[in-house]
Amino acid sequence: MLKTLLPKVLLNLLFLCMGLKPIISLAQTETDALMMPQNKLCIAGLAGYSSWTNYWEGTFKRENANMGAVSTNITMLMFNYGIKNNLNFIVNVPYLQTKASKGTLAGMQGVQDLGFFIKYKPFEATSGNSLLSLYVVGGLSVPSHQYNIDLLPMSIGLGSRVASVRFLGDFQSGKFTASVSGAYLHRSNVTIDRTAYFTDHQINSSEVQMPDAGNFQVRSGYRDKHLIAEAIADNMTTLGGFDIRKNDMPFVSNRMNSTRVGLEAKYYLKKISGLGIHGNYFRTVQGRNVGKATSFMAGVSYILNTGSTSKMD
Amino acid sequence: MKKIFTPLIAFACLCSLISCNKEIEEDNEHYEALQPNQLDADAGTWKTFIVALPSDFPVPAPASPTSAAYQTELNELKSVTANLTDKQKNIINYWKVGSVLRWNEIMRKLVAKHNLPPYQNADGTYPVPSAANPFSYPVFPFSNPPYAARAYSYVSAAQYDALVVAYHYKKQYNRAAPYKVDTNIKPLVAQNDLPAYPSEDAVVSGATLELLKLLFPADIEYIRSKAEEEKNFRLWSGANVKSDLVAGDSLGRWVARKVIARAKTDGMGTAGGNQAIWTKLETDCRERGETPWLSLESPKRPPMLPLYGNVKPMLFSSATVVSLRPGPPPATNSPKMRQELNEVLSYTKNPTRDNMKIVNFWADGAGTYTPPGHWNAIATQEFVKHKYSEVRWARNYALLNAALMDAAIVCWNTKYYYFNARPCQLDPAIKTLTGVPNFPAYTSGHSTFSGAAATILGYLLPAKAHEFTAMAQEASLSRLYGGIHYRADCEAGIETGNKIGQYAINRAKTDGAE
Repeated sequence: MLKTLLPKVLLNLLFLCMGLKPIISLAQTETDALMMPQNKLCIAGLAGYSSWTNYWEGTFKRENANMGAVSTNITMLMFNYGIKNNLNFIVNVPYLQTKASKGTLAGMQGVQDLGFFIKYKPFEATSGNSLLSLYVVGGLSVPSHQYNIDLLPMSIGLGSRVASVRFLGDFQSGKFTASVSGAYLHRSNVTIDRTAYFTDHQINSSEVQMPDAGNFQVRSGYRDKHLIAEAIADNMTTLGGFDIRKNDMPFVSNRMNSTRVGLEAKYYLKKISGLGIHGNYFRTVQGRNVGKATSFMAGVSYILNTGSTSKMD
Repeated sequence: MKKIFTPLIAFACLCSLISCNKEIEEDNEHYEALQPNQLDADAGTWKTFIVALPSDFPVPAPASPTSAAYQTELNELKSVTANLTDKQKNIINYWKVGSVLRWNEIMRKLVAKHNLPPYQNADGTYPVPSAANPFSYPVFPFSNPPYAARAYSYVSAAQYDALVVAYHYKKQYNRAAPYKVDTNIKPLVAQNDLPAYPSEDAVVSGATLELLKLLFPADIEYIRSKAEEEKNFRLWSGANVKSDLVAGDSLGRWVARKVIARAKTDGMGTAGGNQAIWTKLETDCRERGETPWLSLESPKRPPMLPLYGNVKPMLFSSATVVSLRPGPPPATNSPKMRQELNEVLSYTKNPTRDNMKIVNFWADGAGTYTPPGHWNAIATQEFVKHKYSEVRWARNYALLNAALMDAAIVCWNTKYYYFNARPCQLDPAIKTLTGVPNFPAYTSGHSTFSGAAATILGYLLPAKAHEFTAMAQEASLSRLYGGIHYRADCEAGIETGNKIGQYAINRAKTDGAE
């Protein structure tokens, strides 16, 4: 079910990453207000775990003793390159492994969707020790291969190509920060291995129409040269799709909605320049056709200087 | 601002890269309007499945085309056909592809809609859908594969029998279609020389409506609206006058009552069994020294329709069911069983994506139209190329679905006779790539269905026989690849299915249609 999770998990991941960079223009992921300086490359390795026992079948919250706890292990590589100080290119490669603690269903594993993001900061204004900046992030996520999408919730993903655009505004005053962002995710149709399926009606085709989705996020917390610590609230809303019927299996084009809250921290070591550690924790507090997941993730990052000169801003 | 527009334009490009048009074209969207290659005008003599003689249904003689009553009907028809709305035209375009075909699609949809096992009660028991109270949860029916096989079969047999009787009266009364009587009427369906009274569409819609009311009572409003739509389509398209439709509709319902009378006494009503029967199956198996089947669901669900194997078959007697039952599966503790378990384990441990595709393609599990529905879909894709008359469409589906229903009966009889365990019950290391069905393993239902279907379809469409055999083989092995069946289940299933298909062939050879 709730593989549902996956896009979510992925977003999770995205929150992470690293990067470092004195003060304001720190790190970077698809959803944060941090940038990698020009000619610097941040490489990060992360490991995470997500699990749920309860899930929402439509709006009906239940357990399923035929699956027990459904968990996902995630290992992820991320790269962020500073093309310019205000223009970054981010790539991530996630490997997922699913497992059900009870019942007979086999777990699945494999490299899921490759993510490519261009992050651009077109605007920045300072006043005293306050700073306001705006970001635009364009993304494309592409399944690395034709993994099995028809065995949710054990499948590792939904198999859809996703084009996204995100607008993000960030305000910083001293060491206090607050940012708001919204994204629109255009999702391509997917092809399943069967020639017919039932959503809320019968469809005689292998192609499945995937509804688009929207993501909204607010985060706020502390940010200085070495430490970033933020609380996050995140909402993913599928714009269409249908509910899982009572006692039916989940399906790729379900209306998967979730609201999560979490904490995220990044710490850049003082002694070893360029080395950072990351961690986050999220809980799904409300959802529809998704698992009520608890997830956490941890990792390290290192920043390499690839240019002859680095223009620190 | 230009700085903001650049990424927006880039996003638009990305969008077009992954294609923004999400409309899906369904496989059945471009079927051509039905224009039979041959009329089968003598089909009134073909052998019926359930009803005895056409003369048991005395259809009254129609008014002559020269009568005032008929002329009034013709005038009505002209005014109805003169000003069609777009909605009416869409309905015409939908139904003109073929009555029997469209109802087969509708049935598959109803089966998929209702093929969900009930959710448990708070105390860990399961509620049973009730035909007497079809609307409240769990909605009636749970159209699992045996239920579906029987439903497809009765509807197909009723349509076929009703059409045979209708063709008998078509020939006897020989009243031409309105567009033949008055050439000012330009029908929106293909013209042919088949007598129009009683209307074949109305016969099919009347018979189907009655059967589906019995089989899918919770959808009565939808079913009724489709039946009404179909009769209107014949009027709006100028294909039939009202009296063609009234006679057809009434004949169809009349025939349906005979089929329903059989359905109500075929043994399905008690096929679910009760606690005493479920316990006895278990103890009997233990006494034979074998490990009995256990529900792998949690909470444990009673076995699916344990007495379905006693339901009255379509193509042979209940005694034949017993004679078709294959010999026993490998004993639980035999080296042969260990070998079979090892094979299942090897397929599920590191499954290839190609095998997963096969598992998914043939899974036909909860929420789908079931394996019998899948074979109906496969048959439809081929039948539609052959431009059959309505009565031949009905005959071919009736043969296919009689074989599928009897396959379900023989298979269920076998499953509960041996009551043997699923692979993952005997070896918990086996994890499955699809849901484990809630009934014993031997023999494989998919294999029995597929063997039966491929055999009769290969006879009806000899050019495709090899292809159907290969598909049946793949369907059968998909259950081994998925980790829910042993090879012995699959092989015995296919072999028995082939034998059942042969009964359908024998019938086809003597039903007068060839």
